[in-house]
Amino acid sequence: MERITPLLWLLFSAGGTVAALLFPVHFFLTGLAFPLGWLEAPSYEFLHRLLTHPLARLYLFSLISLPLFHWAHRFRYTLYDGLQLKHLTVLIAVLCYGAALAGTAMAAYLLWGIS
Amino acid sequence: MPSSVALTVSRYRPERESEPTFQTYEIPFRKDWVVLDALNHVKDSLDGSLSFRWSCRMGVCGSCGMKVNGTPKLTCATFLADYVPGPIRVEPLDYFPVVRDLVVDLTDFMRKLKQVKPWIIRKEEKAPGDGEYLQTPDQLDTYKQFSMCINCMLCYSACPIYGLEPSFIGPAAIALAQRYNMDSRDEGAAERLKILSEHDGIWQCTFVGECTKVCPKHVDPAGAIQQYKLTGATNWVKSLLLPWSTR
Amino acid sequence: MSAEPHYTLYHPRWYRRRVSVWWWLQKRSYTGFVLRELTSIFVAFFAVVYLWQLRALTEGPEAYEQFLARLTTPLFLALDTVAFLFVLFHAITWFNLTPKAMVVRWRGKRVPDWLILGLNYAAWLVLSGAVAFVLLRE
Repeated sequence: MERITPLLWLLFSAGGTVAALLFPVHFFLTGLAFPLGWLEAPSYEFLHRLLTHPLARLYLFSLISLPLFHWAHRFRYTLYDGLQLKHLTVLIAVLCYGAALAGTAMAAYLLWGIS
Repeated sequence: MPSSVALTVSRYRPERESEPTFQTYEIPFRKDWVVLDALNHVKDSLDGSLSFRWSCRMGVCGSCGMKVNGTPKLTCATFLADYVPGPIRVEPLDYFPVVRDLVVDLTDFMRKLKQVKPWIIRKEEKAPGDGEYLQTPDQLDTYKQFSMCINCMLCYSACPIYGLEPSFIGPAAIALAQRYNMDSRDEGAAERLKILSEHDGIWQCTFVGECTKVCPKHVDPAGAIQQYKLTGATNWVKSLLLPWSTR
Repeated sequence: MSAEPHYTLYHPRWYRRRVSVWWWLQKRSYTGFVLRELTSIFVAFFAVVYLWQLRALTEGPEAYEQFLARLTTPLFLALDTVAFLFVLFHAITWFNLTPKAMVVRWRGKRVPDWLILGLNYAAWLVLSGAVAFVLLRE
C-alpha cells in the first residue's frame, strides 16, 4: 500500500483539479439550469454525436474517473482521522478505492461500447 | 484599561493529582506585559511552585510555547492587552505528555528530527583547503523560509493529525527536511525521501493547514509538506518510467 | 535520547490527554477543514450522476428522457443545490491551496501566490465558458 501512495495522491490531485475547474459549470448546467428550464438541455442525438469523437470520450472518462479517485483518497483519510477508525483501515481503503475502480471500469465499458 | 486581569493557569502536580486542574491568579495589568511576564509575576510574587519553560523572551529560542485561550502561542510574544478583560487561560501545548504544570515532554519530536537527517549530506565532502560551497542569493531564497524554524512545537500542537496519530513525523520535522532538500549544497534528498515516504511521513498529512497558521516565524510547514508530496510523486513517476535514472 | 523513559521515584507519571472523537468540533478551523474534506462526497455524487447519464445515453432516447425527468424531481433539485454549493466550496478551497502546493520559480524568483491564484481562476473561467459553449451549441 505504501508503495503506491504517491500514485494515489497524484490521482487525488488530478481528480481535485478536474472537480475544481470543470465540475462547477457541468453541475450548474446538468443539475440546475437544464432541469429548471433556464437553459435548453442538449438533445439525445446531439450528445450521441458528440460522444463519437474519441476526445469527447476521453474527456468524459476523465470527468468521471478522476473525481472518483479524488473522493476515494480524501474520504478514506477523513474516515481514518475524523472517526478514528484505525482498526478498519484496510477495509476502508479497499472499499474506497474499490468503488472508484468500479466506477472507472463502468465508465470505460460504457464509453467503449457507445456507437 | 483595567488595573488587573485574571490568569487561569493549568496546574498538574503528579505527586498529588492524577489530572490537570485550573488555578486562577489575579495579576496586575500592564499595557506592555506579555503572558510570559504575567507568569513570571505569578512565580515571583504569588505562587513559586508554578513550573514553565522560557528563555530568550524575544521569540527566537522556541522555549515558551503554550496554549493561550486555546491557541498555541509563544507566551513571550502574546500581549495581555489583546486579551483583556480576560480571564486569560494558559495551558500546556496539546498532544505532548504533560510533565508538570505547563511543561511538556518533547522527546518524541527530538527523535523524529534526528530521523529526517537535518544536516548537509554530501557524497564527497570538500576539503577545507578547497574553499567554501558557493551559493547564490536565489539559491538561498529557495529554502530560507524553512530554515527559520525555532523548534517551538506550536505546529505540532495545532496539527490534529499529530494528535490522532502520534507516530506522524509532523510539520516541523518535514519542513526542516525540506530545508535541507532544497539547499543547493545538499545531496541527500533521495535518502530523506525514502524515510519520509514511509507510512508516518509526508503522506499522512491531509493539509489541514493549522500548522502554518500558528507558526510564529512564518515557516509555512504546510506548504513545505505539499511541495514535498509533489516532489515525492514526480520522483515516483520518474522511477517507474526511467528506473535507471533514480539516484 | 534512545530508550523509552521508564518511571522511577524521581520520574513521575506524565499526563497524556486522549483526543476526543469530536475533536473536529472543538475549533472553528477544524470544523471548516472537515467540511472541506466532506466536499469529496458531493464530488463523487456528481461523478455518479454523470455515470448514470452516460448509461442512459447508451440505452437509448427514452432512457435519456427518463434521466432528464428524474433530475427535475424536487428531491434531486434539492440534492443538486446542496451538492453544487459544496462543489463550489471545494473549488474555492482547492484554488486557495494550489499556490502553497505548487511553487513555480520564474528566472530564480518565486512566482507570487496571487498570480497563481489568478491564473487558476482565469483557467476556470475559460474552461467553464468552453464547456458551456459546447453543451449549448445546439
